[in-house]
Formats: sequence, structure tokens, C-alpha cells
Amino acid sequence: MLKNIPLSAAIGLIITGTYFLAAIFAGVIAPYGMAEAVGDVWEPSSAEHWLGTDQIGRDLLTRMIYGGQTTIFIATAATILSFTTGAVLGFIAAVSGGWIDQLMSRLVDLFMSIPSLILALVILSSIEATVLTLIVIMGLLDSTRVYRLARAVAVDISVMDYVEAARLRGEKLAWIIFREILPNALSPLVAEMGLRFIFMVLFISTLSFLGIGVQPPLADWGGIVKENKEGINFGIGAALYPAVAIATLAISVNLIADWILNRTTSLKGGRG
Amino acid sequence: MTTPLLQVRGLKIGATVYPPGEKPHDIEIVHGVDFDLEAGKVLGLIGESGAGKSTIGLATMSYGRGGVELTGGTVKVNGRDVISASARDIRRLRGAEVTYVSQSAAASFNPAKRIMEQVIEAAVFQGKFSKSDAEQRARDLFAKLGLPDPNNIGNRYPHQVSGGQLQRCMTALALCPEPDLVVFDEPTTALDVTTQIDVLKAIKDAIRDTGVAALYITHDLAVVAQVSDHIMVLRMGEMVEYGTTDQIINAPKEEYTQALVSVRSITHEEKQPTEPVLRVENITARYKGTNFDVLHNVNVDLSPGQTLAVVGESGSGKSTLARVITGLLPPRDGTITFAGRTLTPDQPSRSLEDLRELQMIYQMADTAMNPRQTVGTIIGRPLEFYFGLKGAEKQNRIQELLDEIELGSGFQDRYPAELSGGQKQRVCIARALAAKPKLIICDEVTSALDPLVADGILKLLLNLQKIEDVAYLFITHDLATVRAIADSIAVMYQGRVQRYGTKSEVLTPPFDDYTDLLLSSVPEMKLGWLEDVIANRKMESAGN
Repeated sequence: MLKNIPLSAAIGLIITGTYFLAAIFAGVIAPYGMAEAVGDVWEPSSAEHWLGTDQIGRDLLTRMIYGGQTTIFIATAATILSFTTGAVLGFIAAVSGGWIDQLMSRLVDLFMSIPSLILALVILSSIEATVLTLIVIMGLLDSTRVYRLARAVAVDISVMDYVEAARLRGEKLAWIIFREILPNALSPLVAEMGLRFIFMVLFISTLSFLGIGVQPPLADWGGIVKENKEGINFGIGAALYPAVAIATLAISVNLIADWILNRTTSLKGGRG
Repeated sequence: MTTPLLQVRGLKIGATVYPPGEKPHDIEIVHGVDFDLEAGKVLGLIGESGAGKSTIGLATMSYGRGGVELTGGTVKVNGRDVISASARDIRRLRGAEVTYVSQSAAASFNPAKRIMEQVIEAAVFQGKFSKSDAEQRARDLFAKLGLPDPNNIGNRYPHQVSGGQLQRCMTALALCPEPDLVVFDEPTTALDVTTQIDVLKAIKDAIRDTGVAALYITHDLAVVAQVSDHIMVLRMGEMVEYGTTDQIINAPKEEYTQALVSVRSITHEEKQPTEPVLRVENITARYKGTNFDVLHNVNVDLSPGQTLAVVGESGSGKSTLARVITGLLPPRDGTITFAGRTLTPDQPSRSLEDLRELQMIYQMADTAMNPRQTVGTIIGRPLEFYFGLKGAEKQNRIQELLDEIELGSGFQDRYPAELSGGQKQRVCIARALAAKPKLIICDEVTSALDPLVADGILKLLLNLQKIEDVAYLFITHDLATVRAIADSIAVMYQGRVQRYGTKSEVLTPPFDDYTDLLLSSVPEMKLGWLEDVIANRKMESAGN
């Protein structure tokens, strides 16, 4: 299946793969310690410091690598949480129908009517922002979107004759959800997962930029922008590196998601 | 010699296929077909699905559907080749010289526009008529096609007319620009038999009166025999036989054509009713949120190991009866007794034993099987679920069932997408049999299949009935099927059982008016049948 990959998807895979590998092996490949001040303030790039140093003299490449680790880890964990919660609840609503569906859907509507950034700001102002709380808050807020998609997809599938056949056989809810519906709902969900992951990266970066996300001295991309934004006034480009990283990661994950969607929604053959 | 209106020589059509698990590759689906069509004549193209008949029909408009390419040969309309024509010339051809009537009028009309606007669109766009002339012509055509209130029906929206009427509107649409050739692609296949006959008559008269030539594509030889002058039999992209309608029907030369003509030659000895396994008493039912009953006081019995055929047109309530028996739609009134036990009205409260002994087979085998499960999983699940079979025991039983439905080994690991239509329906039968049921509800199980394949399925079902002693509740609109397999028959009309009894009782005159209409509407492979029937009917069909 890895033959015939279109060029765009190959580029996406390479860039995304590089970011993830860098995040996983951050401790091995980072040239300096994460919070170690090794040079002057805002040094230009040099042989020792490829991307220069930041506002208190830490190596920017090291900060970027560790920042990527934090950002990608939080975004991944929150995406997984939002998908498991959203998809399972969405499937249950679609299969059960009736008042269970009504109750859950209206509750989700209620949460979706409040902008998620505002809601996150309110919650984070009352509890302490740790990596764990950030993941839980972001994951649960985003699961409302996944719930909507999963429910819509599952409603279409649950009226198929094979689901009716399973009901007539006397199958329980768990079999219908995980064996009949899930395999057929997977391709739109996987493609959506790519997009939601990117939203998560943007979300955590926004929170950190506003100062209520990942707390110093831990590095993350949004935080690096915040710490170095003053440098732009002096012609220092340090704040732009994380911006470029976020943009390239977003584009490359999208390229992969597009490819998966194209490949698996083909009606010919039916299994991807 | 004059050039014929349509001349097809060595037509080859190819397509790219994407089989699961393999590389995409090109195949040829029509392998060099030749034929001529004179002005004002009708040629019937007949064959099973995949024979290439629709593809050939569309090729006369220089069109290939979904990645289909015209790879060789010539198609000349009025002496000009349309395959090599420029896009500009093709645009002038379509909707002006050649027009098309598709199978599903409901899916082909734009639901947001009035019928008239759509009927005259091509004629006005092609500059053949002014808007007012085109509208006048459309009204004349509506009248000619026997549509009610021809002066005003064009102002309606597509959902405001019946299926049979919409199909006639589509014929008016095709005839409106005064084309030289109309391609009819299964125009009556989606209609009830009683409606089909009127549409067929309207189309036949319209073709005769306007002097247009037509290609009539269908899989039903009896239908095409009524309208066409010549018939071409196709199989897997090749011509099997070509001749006058009389010759093809009465003296087919090729073995394949003979098989098509003699299809439904199954005979079944009627059994006498005994103590019933299923007793439906005084069932009245309606759908949630509606205020009328779709079933009124329905009473039928079914004896063990026998077949009860429930016949009627769409909307007669026959599928609703199946939903009530399976418990998907709890009735408002009445009781269902199954194997001596009274069934609870709603399915979730039924015992595992009740669920197991009452199985169902669906019309569309495609949607009745999970596309992501293998045949082994599909058949194996009931074994595991009802009998707790595991491992080798389960595998052996799956193989036994596959043998019973006449599929060999090697099918276990296939996915539904890798099976043909007939094979899919066989797997669904095996899934039902796996539960060792006393009763199987068969909901239009053969109506989506080609005649020869359907025949195979019916033979299989009869055979299995002898071996397993299972009863069938057979829902169908096809009376030929009923004659072939039923022991008793219930004729349903507007939610009521109109006539009920053993097969010989129901099919012996005197008939009530509806049963007469239904029985007489089944196309027979006989020239002039259509005119005889229309002349002798007691009752108008509901489609009017």
C-alpha cells in the first residue's frame, strides 16, 4: 500500500515524520539542556547556535526541539482523548436514538454555543494549568466536534440493512458499535483526526501565547513566540521559527489527511 | 442504399477497474459490436447486468459514464461519426438529435424545478423551438402520453406526480426537441407491474406517432418483445444473437437466448396446509407520527416447511407486514403466534429462541452485509452467537453452509465487494440458515438480480426448504416468482389482504378486480400481448 503515494502525501509524511521523531528523541538530539543559558541575549545564528539564542540566552534550536515535544505530546494526547470520548458517545447517541440522543445532542449543542477558547480561559483561570489539566480540558472541549461528526456518520450507517440484521439477531450495543459501525465509520474519522490534531496544536499554542497554557521553564511553540515577541521590534526573528514550525506541521498533516480520505472513501472495492 | 440513421461498427469500449487488493488496470467491456437502426424503428438491447447494454446506449450519445472510454470503432448518427466528433459537435448532438430516458425518473428530475421547465429545457437551449412553441409541444406530448390534465401538469413539481407519471414526463422530455433517436434505458424497471403496463403502452404509442427511432434497453425480454421491431441479445460485451422480435421470441437460435426465453420454468408441487408455524391474527399497524393505518386487520397462516407468498405493488403494506412479524414495528392491534408461542410485539423483548428461529433475507444483498467483514465472519457470527461454536467446529459448520449454498471453499476470506450479486445473496441465505430457523422472511430477495441468477437463487431456496424443512414468508411483486415457489398466496392491496388461500385457489378464476389487474399485468413473451391486456382490463391501475 505504500507504493503509489502521491507526491503531496509523501512530502506530508516526511515533514510530519521528522517533527514526531524530533519530539520523541528530543533528549538525544538537542545540543544543549532545555533551560540552560548558554550564550548572550538574542545571538544571531552561528555554528554553535544554529538558530541563535533567545531572550535570556538559551539555545533556540534546543528550545524548539523541546517545545515541539511538549506541543506535539499535548496535542496528540488531547486528540486521542477527544476522539475516544466524542466517537463513542456519538455512536451511542446514533444507535440508541430517542431521548438518549436528544439529551446528549442538546448538551453538546450547549457546549458548542460557547466559544471554546473563552470556555478554556474561564476554566484555566480557576484551576492550575498543568500538562494533564490542559490535555483533559482541550480533549473534552474538542470532543463535542467529534461527537457531531461521529453521530452524523453513524446515523447513516445505523439504518443500513446489515445493522438491522445485527439487531434482529439480538446483538448488544457494544457489538453493533464496535463491530458493525466503527469499521465503516473509520475513514472519515481518521481524516478528521488529522484536522483536529492541527486545531489542537493551534489551541495549545494560543493558550501558551496568552500565558495560561504551558508554564515556564517548560518550552512549547506558543510560549517561545510569546517569550521572543519583543525581539521583532529589534529585527530579531526568533519568534518566527515556532510560527514556521506550526505552519509546516499543519500543512503536512493536512496533506496526509487528504490522502487518507481520498484513498479510503473510494467506493470501488469498499475496504481501505 | 440509404445510410441508416444509426450505424455502429466495431464499437469497443474500455474502462479502468480498481479491484480491491490489486493494481488498477484497463479492461474491455464491449468487444466490437455492429448494428444498424433505420429511422422510425425500435431496437431492443437485452442482456444481464454487465452485458454492456447501457454502455452501448450511452455510446450513441458519445458518452462514457464514470471513467468509461470509447476505445474503438465508429458510431454514426445521420452519417456523422460521433466518437471522433469535437466537443462542440457533441454538444449539438445531445439533446437535439439523440435524447435519453433513464431508469429512475425520480432521481433524474431536479426536485426544485417545475416539470415543464425541465421538459422544454433541451429543446429551447438547442434552438429547436421558441419557449412558447416548446411548451405547446410539451402539452401535446403530455396528452399523447396519457397524462392527466396535460395542460397544467407541467406546472407541478416532480414530487407531486406518481412514479409512473414522472417516467412519462421524462419520455416527453426526451421527445420534446424532436430527436431522431431516443435511448430508453430500462424505463419501466423501477415501476410496479400494474403501472409498467401503462407506461409501456404510452411509450409505444408515442414512438409510433412521432416516428422517432429508439434503442430500448432492458433485462426483461417479455417487456422488450412488446415494443421493439428487432432485438439484439448481448452477453459480456458481445452480441449473442440479432433478429426480428418474432424470431428471437419464437425461434431463438443460440443456447443463451433460449435460456432467457424459457426462464422461470421452475415447477413446484403445492403442499396442503397443516398446523401453522406462523399465525398472524387481526394485525393492524401504523408508523409512528402518522395518522393512518398501513395494515388493516391482516390474517394469514403459514404451515411449517411451506412457502407463503405475499404479493402486491409498492405501498400495499407487504414489507410492513414483515416489519411487524420481526418486531421492528409493534402493531396497534392483533397477535402473532410463532411455533406455538405468542410473540411479544417489540423485538428487543423477544427471547433468543424467538430471534433465532425467525430469520430474514433482504432485497439488497449489498447493504445487508457489512462491507468490512469477511464471508467467514458474516456466516460465523450467528453460529457463535446462538450456539457458542468456536474454532474448528465453527469453521467446519461454515464450510458445510458454504457447500449448501453451492459456493466452494475459498470464499471464507473474501469480502462482500469481491462477490457477484448472486453470490452475495447466497451468503445472506447462508447467514439466515446458520441460525437453524423455522421461518425465513424473504423480502424481495430476487428482484435486484438478473433473471437467470434469480432462477438459481429460487432453485436453491426450494432445495434448502426440502432439506431443512424451513418455512418461507416470501414478499414479492413478481408473480412469475410466486407461481414458481408458493404453496399459498396472500394478495395485498392498500394494506388489506385482498385474496388469500392456497396457490391453486388464488390463481383460479373468478378473480376480484384487483387480482385480475395484477395477474394480467405480468408481461408475457408473446407478440401483441400488450394490446390484448389493455383492451380487456376491468380496473385502472393505481399509477393513473
